[in-house]
Amino acid sequence: MLKALEGSQAIAQTVALCRPQVVAAYPITPQTHIVENIARLVADGSMQCELVSVESEFSAASLVLGAACAGSRTYTASASQGILLMSEVLYNIAGLRVPMVMTCANRAISAPLSIWNDQQDSMAVRDAGWIQLYCADNQEAVDTTIQAYRIAESTELPVMVCVDGFTLTHTLEPIDIPDQAQVDEFLPAFKFKRALDPANPTSIGTLVSPDYYTEARYSHHQALLDSEQAIIAADADWQAICGRSSGGLVSVNGPDNARIGVITLGSIYGTLYEARETYSELPDTRLISLRAYRPFPAAALREICKDLTDLVILERAISLGSGGIVSAEVHSALSSLPESPRIYSYAVGLGGRDIPLDLYRRMHARIRDDKPGGFSILDVDTERLLPEDGGPDQTAITA
Amino acid sequence: MIEVRIHGRGGQGNVVAAYLLATAAFTEGWHAQAFPAFGAERRGAPVVAFVRLNDKPIRRRCQVAEPDFLIIQDEALMHVTGITDGLKASGRILLNSSSDADTFDTDNEHLITMPATRLAQEHLGRPVPNTALLSAFVTLTGLLPRSALSHALEERFSGDILEKNNQLINAAAETIDANLWKDTANA
Amino acid sequence: MDVEIELPQISELRANPPRFQGLTPGHRACLGCGEALAARLVTEAAGPDVMIANATGCLEIFTTPWPESAWRLPWIHSLFENTGAIASGMEAALKAQGKNTKVLAFAGDGGTFDIGFQALSGMLERGHNVLYVCFDNEAYMNTGIQRSSSTPHAAMTTTSPPGSARMGKRHLKKDILSIVAAHHIPYAATASVAYPSDIRKKVRRAIDIEGPTFLQIHCPCPLGWGHEGNLSIEIARLAVQTGLYPVIELERSELIGSMPIRKSKPVVEYLSKQQRFRHLFNKNDARAIEELAHIQALADHNIKRYQLCGDGADALDSEGADTVKRGGMRWG
Repeated sequence: MLKALEGSQAIAQTVALCRPQVVAAYPITPQTHIVENIARLVADGSMQCELVSVESEFSAASLVLGAACAGSRTYTASASQGILLMSEVLYNIAGLRVPMVMTCANRAISAPLSIWNDQQDSMAVRDAGWIQLYCADNQEAVDTTIQAYRIAESTELPVMVCVDGFTLTHTLEPIDIPDQAQVDEFLPAFKFKRALDPANPTSIGTLVSPDYYTEARYSHHQALLDSEQAIIAADADWQAICGRSSGGLVSVNGPDNARIGVITLGSIYGTLYEARETYSELPDTRLISLRAYRPFPAAALREICKDLTDLVILERAISLGSGGIVSAEVHSALSSLPESPRIYSYAVGLGGRDIPLDLYRRMHARIRDDKPGGFSILDVDTERLLPEDGGPDQTAITA
Repeated sequence: MIEVRIHGRGGQGNVVAAYLLATAAFTEGWHAQAFPAFGAERRGAPVVAFVRLNDKPIRRRCQVAEPDFLIIQDEALMHVTGITDGLKASGRILLNSSSDADTFDTDNEHLITMPATRLAQEHLGRPVPNTALLSAFVTLTGLLPRSALSHALEERFSGDILEKNNQLINAAAETIDANLWKDTANA
Repeated sequence: MDVEIELPQISELRANPPRFQGLTPGHRACLGCGEALAARLVTEAAGPDVMIANATGCLEIFTTPWPESAWRLPWIHSLFENTGAIASGMEAALKAQGKNTKVLAFAGDGGTFDIGFQALSGMLERGHNVLYVCFDNEAYMNTGIQRSSSTPHAAMTTTSPPGSARMGKRHLKKDILSIVAAHHIPYAATASVAYPSDIRKKVRRAIDIEGPTFLQIHCPCPLGWGHEGNLSIEIARLAVQTGLYPVIELERSELIGSMPIRKSKPVVEYLSKQQRFRHLFNKNDARAIEELAHIQALADHNIKRYQLCGDGADALDSEGADTVKRGGMRWG
């Protein structure tokens, strides 16, 4: 049913519909409203689950790992520092091939300390072996969360649903919350065949010598690559029930004859969409929104980008000392194309910097002047740089 | 598309005001979006929230830089530099104040004051001005009927508090010239 | 142009020592913030020859919005969970350098009782010469009032809301002082912002001890507890007078001092003043009545355990404030 809801509220209600038996909660801005809404549902008796308020994110991830291995569907959410604190456990969960779903309310990473939205947190754990799906709006956050359970449980891979913190979590907009019957139709009861069971005792998490480790990694990597099918299928099957697609692996929008493409992840898409309408005098542009980041949809991107002359990557993260993260992977994926587009890599919106419509116009201006192949931070404010970074001469900032 | 910026102080229900306005609009069939300029919102700190209303889906997520309307929940904020930045030339300001509009030094000739805090104190027993301000806003602009605001409140309040808020909505609407800003809203 | 500065007489300085301000005004704390008051008192008593390691939480947020800082002491904020370890590192370095500067660790209850517990335990066990101060406002306030293991039983927070299936926080407030004291540390104490002289005394005492010391200060949070900012001190005092927040001192887990309650007050006097307990005052809810009895029992247990009720009439009606003698520095 369509309601005006805050993103976090919608996610909490959606999680309740997915019937997790165990939820671990540890608060961190900007995920707090999700766990608070779940707490309210539990306190009112409308959600039946063991809601455990743990003492840190490290324990939150550990708790859901334990719960899943004991045979329960679980949920947790975190962001930023919390993602990093639990990162050891995230690798552990994925390596053990335990199915679960968590929300990452994307937020920048300290230091400097920031509570605001960018994607450095989920990017920092991209290699952990989780499926990562990015949501362009709150409706996708709802639909993707539901699909995530199906994907996780059929592939035995944990799924991280990435939702831009504040930008989506704290925005109120009309969102359709499916009904319980629809979700029950789509999600079978949790079944994890390797769960611990006295009737069939197994050992999870053993020491693996060089004789076997490589094959385990091979298997995990392959499972992630193969999960593309499960991601596409879940989107199609859910669309059949609710009428909406969340874009499968990659969403593409724009005129067929567009020769300039822009790759983004998450909520920035909506702003670019309206900017393109506003600045209609600018060259036709294909908007490419990555929904799946892990597995990285290399083949799909080659198909989408092969006729482009220019490709811009606008990412909300940075690999310090190197440059773009998404862009490095895009470069790699497109390197086998007979004719790769000129690629321009930019970081924008770091630490929650607002991304105005005008950025689209500035981006178009930049690619006229910039040499392809390089990386820069598009929205750096040179007036605020220190003199040693090329900023204006200024009196010392007060300590 | 109509863009509104709401300025207030932490504790005055700034974000709730934005959510209520968007929810009220939604009940009347508008597409609506509301969000705070996210910050550490301690009590008393200046805070800002944004609302967009449109007849088609709203997809941009940037902050409102050029509002059509400003709703200012605390008159002391009029001394904060930049508070009216970006307001469109034809933009309107609704200010919570018991003083006359001409006591405020602003380029904008479309400033209207209303004593939202006093009304709230009378009807709710608490100085939370947002319901009164929103009621005045929808009345001035003719954008939404008062009932839409009541519907939005029903999702958050019930019983006595809801009843009192409804009375406040009516009282506030009566202090205002209905549809005075209708042309700006329709522009 | 030469400016004439008139130096005050030594005798004046002795009678009215200027207060050292380690934390200056102009920070962004809420009206009536107990933690801001406690931090000011602690740094005042600690003096300038200290370094501070501060956990994530309200205190670091409202004191250091770039590019400004309210601190006039060397200060570092790293993360939420590692204050004990950061402080340990600072102490080890100063020791290696042969310096006497005291290391202070500042954290809220979240950063002490929960996520920072491991690092605190390590610091205490290894015997680092650090005074660890826990500003106890009984929830994760900075992120919007979520429960911590310090949240009192039955208190409402956003992650322990009351409802048909719940009556606020289900679990008891963790007895961190006993856990800390069980590390055999030389000094561990509780304090309250309602008794500022007591805080200063305890800080000075702890700083003078070579080894790990721990001070837990009860700090009302008007927003989180649900009361007006001007009532913070009164409410903090009631917490002590009801026995719910015993003000005690332990040396190597032996109780060596407690602030006596001349006449204990019933817990409802304390609870009724805070919105976070308002669900306990619904007379139609049998659970509420039961919980009030539980909380009274907890208070009574504290009073007994720590022998809080003093005997006999007290002409000065000092409510224990005479643990610091009026009119002079006790440690001189």
